[in-house]
Formats: sequence, structure tokens, C-alpha cells
Amino acid sequence: MSVRRLARAEIQPATFAFTEENERWLAAQVAKYPDGRQASAVIPALWQAQKQHDGWLPKPAIEAVAARLGMPIIRVMEVATFYTMFNLEPVGRWFIQLCGTVPCHVKGALDLKQVLLEKVGDQQHVTPDGNFSWLEVECLGACCNAPMVQINDDYYEDLTPDLLIGLLADLAEGRTVKPGPQNGRRSSEPLDAVKTLQDPALFDGSLVGGWRKRFDAAASAVPADGARDASGPGDPKAAKPDAGRAIERPVADAPAQRAQNGEAPIKPAEQAQASDPGKTSVVDPAPPAPAQPPQSSKSYVATPSKPEDGRVAAGSLGTTPISGAPGQGGPGRRDGSDTKPVGADPNASPGVAPKEGR
Amino acid sequence: MTKLVVDGIEVDVPPDFTLLQACEAAGAEIPRFCFHERLSIAGNCRMCLVELKGAPKPVASCAWGVRDCRPGPNGEPPTVSTKSPMVKKAREGVMEFLLINHPLDCPICDQGGECDLQDQAMAYGVDTTRFHENKRAVHDKYIGPLVKTSMNRCIHCTRCIRFVAEVAGVPDLGATGRGEDMEITTYLEHAMGSELQANVADLCPVGALTHKPQAFNLRPWELSKTASVDVMDAVGSNIRVDSRGREVMRVLPRVHEGINEEWISDKTRQHVDGLRLQRLDRPFLREDGRLRPASWAEAFAAIAARVKAAAPARIGAIAGDLAAVEEMWALKLLIQALGSPNIDARQDGSVLHPAHGRASYLFNPSIAGIEDADAILIVGSNPRLEASIVNARIRKRWRMAPLPVGVIGQRVDLTYDHAHLGAGPDSLDELAAGRLDFLDVLKRAERPLVVLGPGATARADGAAILAALSGLAGSIGAVAGGWNGLAVLHGAASRVGALDIGFVPGEGGMTAPAMAEAGALDVLFNLGADEIEIAPGAFVIYQGTHGDRGAHRADVILPGAAYTEKSGTYVNTEGRVQQTGRAVFPPGDAREDWAILRALSDHLGQRLPFDNLPALRRDLYAAHPHLARLDEIAPADGAAALSAWAGLGAGGGAGSGREPFRSPVRDFFLTNPIARASRVMAECSALQTATPALQAAE
Repeated sequence: MSVRRLARAEIQPATFAFTEENERWLAAQVAKYPDGRQASAVIPALWQAQKQHDGWLPKPAIEAVAARLGMPIIRVMEVATFYTMFNLEPVGRWFIQLCGTVPCHVKGALDLKQVLLEKVGDQQHVTPDGNFSWLEVECLGACCNAPMVQINDDYYEDLTPDLLIGLLADLAEGRTVKPGPQNGRRSSEPLDAVKTLQDPALFDGSLVGGWRKRFDAAASAVPADGARDASGPGDPKAAKPDAGRAIERPVADAPAQRAQNGEAPIKPAEQAQASDPGKTSVVDPAPPAPAQPPQSSKSYVATPSKPEDGRVAAGSLGTTPISGAPGQGGPGRRDGSDTKPVGADPNASPGVAPKEGR
Repeated sequence: MTKLVVDGIEVDVPPDFTLLQACEAAGAEIPRFCFHERLSIAGNCRMCLVELKGAPKPVASCAWGVRDCRPGPNGEPPTVSTKSPMVKKAREGVMEFLLINHPLDCPICDQGGECDLQDQAMAYGVDTTRFHENKRAVHDKYIGPLVKTSMNRCIHCTRCIRFVAEVAGVPDLGATGRGEDMEITTYLEHAMGSELQANVADLCPVGALTHKPQAFNLRPWELSKTASVDVMDAVGSNIRVDSRGREVMRVLPRVHEGINEEWISDKTRQHVDGLRLQRLDRPFLREDGRLRPASWAEAFAAIAARVKAAAPARIGAIAGDLAAVEEMWALKLLIQALGSPNIDARQDGSVLHPAHGRASYLFNPSIAGIEDADAILIVGSNPRLEASIVNARIRKRWRMAPLPVGVIGQRVDLTYDHAHLGAGPDSLDELAAGRLDFLDVLKRAERPLVVLGPGATARADGAAILAALSGLAGSIGAVAGGWNGLAVLHGAASRVGALDIGFVPGEGGMTAPAMAEAGALDVLFNLGADEIEIAPGAFVIYQGTHGDRGAHRADVILPGAAYTEKSGTYVNTEGRVQQTGRAVFPPGDAREDWAILRALSDHLGQRLPFDNLPALRRDLYAAHPHLARLDEIAPADGAAALSAWAGLGAGGGAGSGREPFRSPVRDFFLTNPIARASRVMAECSALQTATPALQAAE
């Protein structure tokens, strides 16, 4: 994202007025809000203005919305520049929004980006024929069908570079295209064999209310003649899960547990440690580890690969040192020269490992 | 009330307090950037983090109500810690993020030395950076002639946006973009259209918004600070005059809850360059139609010759809008000693008169009392131009709860909703006769407030208007019980003081407009009256500070001291007695005004009975004891004023004149000689074409 400004003056239209139909639609939107709160309709109003005006918001449209809703223009401007879904510059007839967030990224959004760079050109530039422009956006919420693009109002999912090239060609030549998955999949159903949720009992209704039957069975098993009084600590207690609370799990050594046992909830030693003003990071300096697990030289951070090593050890190579802890460069010097910016190591590979077998 | 333990100190605070206020009540100091007592709460700078026992994270105390604090497990009062290591660490983290994008340009920053960020970085900053990326660069915006922007320094506290939208009522500023790309701007970089806009530079906790006229001109530690009172309007805003050597460098507001809270108008703040331009720094004498520099002795001799030749009844004196009570008292004594009844301080021709009682010319409910009013009728006034601070107070009241406001006068934007009831005295008659619905609103109100501006009193038919208004005020119960809702708004700083000491024509004396007419007088003493056209004929002695209209007409000019150069008493529109402080000395041969009059009286053979300022004040206080009680409002009898006004009318109502009320302030930025000499005010005035809201409707 970058600084968003209004389009340059030469391409701004002189005036903007809602069509009669849109005006009626807008009146219905405004009517949803109480008197004096017409400004609540600013986002629908801007959205309709953008739809009416070839997918982008010119300056007169922003002023028209402000006048229509009785708002200061700067308030409408704030909204229009805040949301990236409002385009302040002209867009192509087919405005392509490419999802570049993690799930799409690992499924090959980078390749789609390459296709768009080749076929359409730089981001936020309309092709000379006015057909296309594209923009990389954050997650559009179709991760199950990654990678995907949104073209105008529709999602085109499960794309490969070839499928996207074909899609662009179809659009340019005016052929009808089908929104949704492009690889023959139906919505987000499994692509090949069904591997989960196969037990027919899941679907015949036999499991409905099953949890209750268990409790009923347990209750009927208890003898009726005053056994309740004699019930010892070993009796199962139904319907009261411990929810993982520390108090109910005797193994935990938690402050709440200590408090229940009548001890001081916070050990003085811990308190002293936690409030060390010399530290600005929550990571505790670990005792000197006997042997560091081998680190991959490819990784630019020293994130251990095994979960039991999830605790980042201070002083381990490549991590940002704890402020206040002696850096590697020399004792006591804290001028920033001892910290290493992430990704600054020229020998380290870039953040994304090259994908094989594509 | 809610009990709280802050740093081990138990405090009992109202439940609507925020945690920050509660901590301050317990004596703890909470750093903050976005929070401001007089603005809405934003909670976006996170600098005010405190540790609240039971909360999983540090909480932003400015946005956390004390009623939201949970008691301890055994009902102990909530415990807050503001000095714990955790709090310090959290604030250090916030400060580190704030400094990530803040340029290290303190040595060239105008805010240096009075910068909240600088000060708080001393307590919470770390000496090193862990940020190795490029800093953010932001385009500087034009937002008006008074505020300079340096947007790289902005920390997005949004105080300026909230001030302009809430207090000033001109929502021109906004934040475009989001996150790192958020920018403070006006729409398309138009100038802000508020007469209070320069306050945003005071509010800015960093150097992003600074005062443009003072850019690169001063450092706060090289200024001497003098507590004083503003004279640009009759509000009497409390100000601090910062001077360096012989020069006034800037004016800043002082907090006075009863008057200006902590805002001042742009004119009050930025007229200061007018204090050193166009100054009269030596006496002048007109010879052969041209003014030539003269000595004091020559000037006094010339005056004495003319005065001795004139009949007492052909001598008169007019006092201007910026005169202090002391010099008006000296002038009154002098003219009386010469045997003339012709004195007047009402150069606009106002009909307000001390004979109607003191309540007849005061803003009786007081400015703070506006907040108690439940309906307001504004007659013949545009408070936004005549007294911007009063207008801001009305807006504050209007924001607190629904407030019906009716206006009879020009159709203007007052920054709050109001009903325009009509333009002139005929509308006043219609309202009084009950032909307008607004009368019912006023009658239903328990504490109605009637603001009477100079546009209604400074007219030929002013007496009839006062009479009609007294009938209306009586019928709506504006003066009833403990409430006196009769509020006369003045435009001139000297006016109430002049009326208090009776600087009005004596028995058979002439009013100011009569004195200014051709052939009315032989000798006219003009004490800084620049808003009145004096016809040719009389020998005019002008005593003032600037080469303005009065000086051009003068035959003798006696250079006086501006309000920053003397200790002078001013009574503001609500009747509050205040004194200016001397920040610098008058330029050249100019002297304090009372001293000039004392020296002149010697030459005229009517030596005034005081040799120094304390002696003058003793004399003055003996005659008018209330002037000795600084910062107090002597109570005035509103009912007596109404009955005195009722006697003025010929019985025909106010409708004798159909001419609409017009505010005397045609140009907000050019209402007095100091402001007219100022380049900054001239620039603001020229810009008014772009901000028509500030223009008096023609």
C-alpha cells in the first residue's frame, strides 16, 4: 500500500451526478439510518459512485457524496483514501485484483503475478486498449481455492499461469467466462478422492444428541439409595470439564494454584526477574545451551525447526539480540551496530525458498 | 464515587473519571500525546499506559473509565500502578515506535524546547534504534497562513483534527490514508476556515504544526514571559506575551477557565508583528499641512496655545477601543478640569450608558455562564467575529446538549445550528409580539440568554431597540431569580472600563459622533480612536500608537504605549477587571499614556493630582472601588437595567427602523490599528475571499 491521492487533474471529469436509478438506490440506503446519521451511508454511496463511474472515484464524485450526505468533504476523503477497494485512479474494463497473501503465495500467486506483469504490465496501469489493469491485494478470503484473482465482481479460483493467460484472452476477445474454480472443481470440494468425513454415521442422524445419551447413561448407573453422600473423590463428575484451568490440574505450577494452596501467587524471585528494567524483550536469556541444534544456513532467522526448541535462546546466531544483553560485537556497547537487520545477510537466501517441480 | 489505589495512594474519584484523571488526582504524572482535557478521547498514542491489577496487558489510561476497573477478589479497590517497571517498559516500547518515523531534526525544529515528544523522550526514550529501514517521508501540506507544517514529524495523535472539528466547529482537517500512510491534511490543501485555527499549533505535541509567522525566529528559552490580557476584542483573553529584548515575539494563551479556557483567536495571537510596524515613536506637529517630527515641549506648547484659546464647551475628548482605564481616567479628569462636558468613549455611537445601571452594559451571565443557559437569542451580533472565544463557548454549550439558538441579524455561519429569525428591528418586534414560534422556546427556557451585540446598540434607533428588548427580556424571564441572562457583547476592549468610570458626555455634553462633525469643536483630544472619521475643522490631538486613521487626521501626535508596553486595567465584556503587564518598553520617545496626560496637564495649568501609577490607581480606586478587585466581576442589578431600558422607548416598539442589524466587524482581521499594521493579519484578510465563512455577510 502506498500513499493514495486523487487522480491528476487532467483526467478528472468536470462533474458527477448519480443516475436516477442510483439516486433512488442511495435514498433507500440513507433511509436505513436515523435522522442526522445520513453519514453512515458514506461507504455504500462511494461504492455506488465508483460502480457508476467505470470502477473509479473521481474528485467530483467525492464532492457529490459529501453534498448528498451533508458531510464535510474531508470526511468523505478520509473514507475514500482509507479503503483500498475505492480506486482513486482509472482502472481497466476488467480490474484484476490478485491475492498475494500467504496461502495463495505458497500455491503459486507469484507465477500469476509474473503473468500479469507480462500480459498487463505494471500494477495500477491500464492497458492501452483500456481492457485491463491489476493490483496485488491482501487476502480475499478464498484460500481454499488458492491461488485466485478477483476480476471486477467475480472470483476466478484455482488458477495456474496457463489458465490465467487463457482467461485474460477470453475476456479480451469478449468470450463468456465462468467465475469460480477454473480447474473443473466444484466450489471448494476435494479435488480428487474424498479422504475425510467418510463415516456414514455422520450423516444418518444417529449421532444427533449423542453427547446427551452418554450423560444419561452415566446418571442411571449411579445407585439411588443415598449413594450420593457416599460418593468419594473418585466419582466421575459429569458435565463439568476442567476447561484446562490451572487450579484443577495438580500438575501445573501456576500462580492461581499457589494462591489456592495459600502460598504467595508470585514468587519474589520471579517478580524480581520479570521486572528487570534492563530488559525490553519478553524473551528470557536462557542458560548457556550445551549444544545448539544445527541451524540451516538457508534460513535467515534462527527459528528452530523442532517444537521443543520453540524458545528462542538469547545470543543464538542471527536473532535480534536482547537489548541490554551484551552483543556479539563487544561488551557493553549498545549503539545499534550489534544488531543485524533481518534479511541483510547477502549470503542468506531470500525469504521464499524457490519452489521445485513447477 | 469510586475508590482506587494508585501507586499505593487511595483516591476517591467520580465514576465518570478516566483512569488518567484518577491517576492525576492521586498525584501521578501520566505522559500523553493524543489525550487532551478539552477534546474527545482518541486513545491512539498509547503513551499513557498504566498497569491495572487484573488486566492482562497494560491499559491506555486515557480511554479507560474508572467504572470499568474491577475490584480485587475480596472486594479490594482496583489497584493501578503508574511507576512499575512493567509500565516503564511498556512506555519505552511505545516511545520507540513513535520515534521510528520521527526525524531527528530537533536542532532545526521550531518546537525544540517546548516539545512534548522531546520532553517525554527524556524519560522514556532509549538511546539507540533497532529500526534499520528507511524512515517515512511525508509531503508537507499547506493548511493556512498561520500554521506551518512539517509532516515528517507528525505522530498521528489527531489532536488538530479533533480541535478543528469539535472546538472550532470548522471540520476542515482530516486524516487521509491509513497506517503508515496516514496524513493530516485539509481537502485539496485549502486553508483552514476558522478564526481559531492557530490553536492547532499549540495543541500539536510535536513540531509537525508550528506557528508560521514565527518560523525559525525564536527559541522558547530566550524569551521573557509576561502574563497579560488581550485587547483585540472585549473578551479579555488571558495571554502570555513572550518578548526578546525590545520586541514582542509572540503571544500564547494562558488558561483561564472563566474566559478563554486555553484558546485564543488568531487575531489575538498573530497581530504581534503589528506592534512593531507603523509605530509612532516621537511627537509630530502639523505645519503647513504636513506632519513634522517635534519635541515633547513643542507639542505640548502647541496644544496649550490652542486649548487656552478655545472656549471650554468647544473642547472635547474621544477615547478609542484600546485605551486602558488609567489613561481614560486621567483624560476624564483633565477635560473636566478644563470645564468641558464633552467626553465619550463610544466612538461607534452606541446608546449604552452607565446611567442605565451597570448591568445594562455587561455580559451578565458571564462567559462561563453560557454553559448554564438553555436557550439563546442573539440580537444584532455576529459573535464569531466580535468575540470568537464567546462563540466557541456557545458552541461548547451547544455540543453539550441540544440548545435552541435564534439569531436576529445577519445570516452567517456561527459553527452551530441556529434559527435565523430575521434581519432587523422589525423581526425583534415580531418576536416580541409572539408571531414567531421561537418566543415559546424562549419562554419555556428556564435560563434564557439574550446576547445583544454592537450591531443593535450602535444605531440611531438604538434606544428604541433597547426598550423593545427590555420588554422581550422581561416577558421571557431573562432576568429572574438568580439568573441574569442579559448579555451585552462588546467589540472594544476599552468599552466596559470607560462606561465604568463614566467616560460619557456630562450634562449638556456631546457624544462622539457629534464631536466628530464639522464645526462642533475647536479642540478635540483623540485618545487612540481610529474607527471614527473626524471632520475637518477642529484642532485634533491624537495620542496613540500607530500611524492609522486617527494619526492621519491629527494636528499634533503624542506617541503612546501599546498594551504590551504598559500596565493597564481593562474590564472585559462580562465586567471582569484585569490588568495587562509590561513586557517591553515603548519605542523611541513614546511614553505611557497616563504619564503623557499628566505632563500635558502641567502645561495646561491643570496639574493632575498624581505623580505615579500607584497614585493614579489610588485615586481611581477611591472613586470606583470595584476596579481594585482584579479578576472579579462586581455583581450588577439586571432588573434595574431592564426597567431603565423600558423607559427609553417612545412606546412604538423597535420597528421604527427597518434597516437590518449589521455587525461593526467588517473584516475580522483588521479591527484595530495594531491589527491593521500587521502583515500577517493583512495576509489572513486577503485570504478571506477563499474562506467566505469569516466574511461579514454583505
